[in-house]
Amino acid sequence: MAQHEDTYKPGSRLEQWLDERLPLTRMMHGQFVDFPTPRNLNYLWTFGGILTFCLVIQIVTGIVLAMHYVPSDKLAFDSIEHIRRDVNYGWLIRSVHAVGASMFFVAVYVHMARGLYYGSYKAPREVLWILGVIIYLLMMATGFLGYTLPWGQMSFWGVTVITNLFSSLDSIIPGLGTKIVTWLWGGYSVSGVTLNRFFSLHYLLPFVIVGVVALHVWALHVVGQNNPTGIDIKTKSDSVPMAPYAVMKDMFALFAFMLVFGWFVFYAPDYLGHADNYIEANPLVTPPHIVPEWYYLPFYAILRAVPSKLGGVALMFGSILVLLFLPWLDTSRVRSARYRPIFKWLLVLFFFSFLALGYLGSKPAEGVYVMWAQIFTTYYFLFFLVLMPIVGVLETPSPMPRSITESVLGEKAASSAMAAKH
Amino acid sequence: MSQFSRITGFVRGAVAVAAALGVISSITSAPAAAAGGEPIHIDRQSWSFAGVRGKFDKDQLQRGFQVYQEVCAACHGLKRVYFRNLSEPGGPGFNAEAVKALAASWPNQIFDGPNEEGSIANRKGAIIKRPARLSDPILGPYDNDNQARAAQNGALPPDLSIITKARGVEYHGGVIGHIGYMMRDIVNGYQEGGADYMHALLTGYTKPPADFKLSDGMSYNKAFPGHQIAMTEPLSDGRVKYQNESVPRTVAQYSRDVTAFLAWAADPRLEERKSMGWIVMLYLLVTCVLLYAAKRKLWSSVH
Repeated sequence: MAQHEDTYKPGSRLEQWLDERLPLTRMMHGQFVDFPTPRNLNYLWTFGGILTFCLVIQIVTGIVLAMHYVPSDKLAFDSIEHIRRDVNYGWLIRSVHAVGASMFFVAVYVHMARGLYYGSYKAPREVLWILGVIIYLLMMATGFLGYTLPWGQMSFWGVTVITNLFSSLDSIIPGLGTKIVTWLWGGYSVSGVTLNRFFSLHYLLPFVIVGVVALHVWALHVVGQNNPTGIDIKTKSDSVPMAPYAVMKDMFALFAFMLVFGWFVFYAPDYLGHADNYIEANPLVTPPHIVPEWYYLPFYAILRAVPSKLGGVALMFGSILVLLFLPWLDTSRVRSARYRPIFKWLLVLFFFSFLALGYLGSKPAEGVYVMWAQIFTTYYFLFFLVLMPIVGVLETPSPMPRSITESVLGEKAASSAMAAKH
Repeated sequence: MSQFSRITGFVRGAVAVAAALGVISSITSAPAAAAGGEPIHIDRQSWSFAGVRGKFDKDQLQRGFQVYQEVCAACHGLKRVYFRNLSEPGGPGFNAEAVKALAASWPNQIFDGPNEEGSIANRKGAIIKRPARLSDPILGPYDNDNQARAAQNGALPPDLSIITKARGVEYHGGVIGHIGYMMRDIVNGYQEGGADYMHALLTGYTKPPADFKLSDGMSYNKAFPGHQIAMTEPLSDGRVKYQNESVPRTVAQYSRDVTAFLAWAADPRLEERKSMGWIVMLYLLVTCVLLYAAKRKLWSSVH
């Protein structure tokens, strides 16, 4: 762990006794009280804490829901209605869980966009970033599995479409894809057997996420937080202790986030879902438009932008896996896009195309929508695979402050602050 | 940090949040109603239960139940609603004794077999049933889907318990308009598309256009996807005799009332949810302000 001053003093004899045997409280104090955080962090840095909150909320509400939910193709839909109507505060717990999934993804997209903009994936934070991408993948899997559980029309047909993607492997090795799909389904079609195993995995994966989050936080505390300037902490005046400074700021941001969260829970709990999922699953009736949850739509658009099924599947998975290689695709020595005049705008354009892909993913795959999806998909990969490596070499960074302190206080004040220290 | 850069920092954060919400709003595509074909426009109604301060109108729910009972219940069940719900707070609020009597006289009784000899039919060959109690669901006339289809020319009248949640209205416009539309609905807490659609459907029976080919036994409906619906026009002026004579006995009024009733059936916790929401939001807001003030004071020496 990063070296910094240890101000821990055992407050009681019990703490002292424990400290001599297992210095757990000392470690927590060092990592979450004394830990130096850059003094110039903006509110985009509060989303890590918000995400931890989301994870805890999902697990707690999920455990309670599992006490009332029945993972059977005959009873799942009824049990959700039972929760909505008859379980004490069931309507609230279910709404928090369903809206919570969306809020979790809102927060993770902001968190990732912040990492992209300020170059948080670059050395020495490569492992931190890769662990984050793994968490994101696990979240996507968990969210997908969870969306099947109400066993509504979108649940059923969403599973059918997504699991069927694997059958595209048939075009590489005949029979392989079909074998995998049958194995995933536990039969020759999506059925109650599929629902049972999806429920089991949906309960398991969040705890895997907890494990990877622990590694993510550990890695963060080894290398320290990045900051809007992308400059490392050099002197003591560049940082403030995590408690109370960062903690207080995170608390405020968390409550502001909860305002949005609460608004959806109480005033638009069904807004982020799909009406078709209030129709019980029916293998004989295909909904007119099968649409995944909003947080998958950009990838759904990429999938459908490619005329070949296998190609679409490859690009869709590739669009996420490419993130694992960002630390090495970005050749610039400057971290923060703030000081990268060309890259900054290319990145903004990337954010725009990601949003545009999301919009296109919600539209039927026909006509002009497909053409636009192809254009934005092209830019998605062009940005990571071509522009990122090239621009990093060609671009001249704009002038940077010499330190975090200088970026906060201005040049003069910073030098006097430094002088006062020496 | 200077005041200015702190504000810009905050604005940047706020913009990021807004952008994230923009993602949701731009891509949450509303659903089901229109399946291919030309876009069908569904008008919005002013529902008493819509929006952040929405509440059901008790009288309207009672009238709506009357319409359901006298018209819809001839074909459609309401199996997720229990008789006891009809007298619970937040709903039509019927008198509990009256509901008990209603349950006992409900024509669609509760399956009560097998009997002690293991038979599900009585000596006359009819399926063994008993009168409903408060704890029983409000059933439709058919024992199962096959029976319903056999009686209905092959069509299946759906259960109406969550019908207003299971329908929606699709937005037919450009991208920019779509974002504005979504934002407005989120801010207003409007998620009554299903009710709007129901009302449009119930009042949407018109003469088909001259060039429209209608199959045998089907009706033309301008709100229904594809415009061919198996349900014949259920409502007609004067069909239901409301006790309160000042309420118009028109199709539009029946339709609004029964839709409101079905919206309650689909979301019986709506009033509890919205009223609890204000307490929670107020608590969060006050805490937010306090935390922000504390944060500012704490950080004033750092900036």
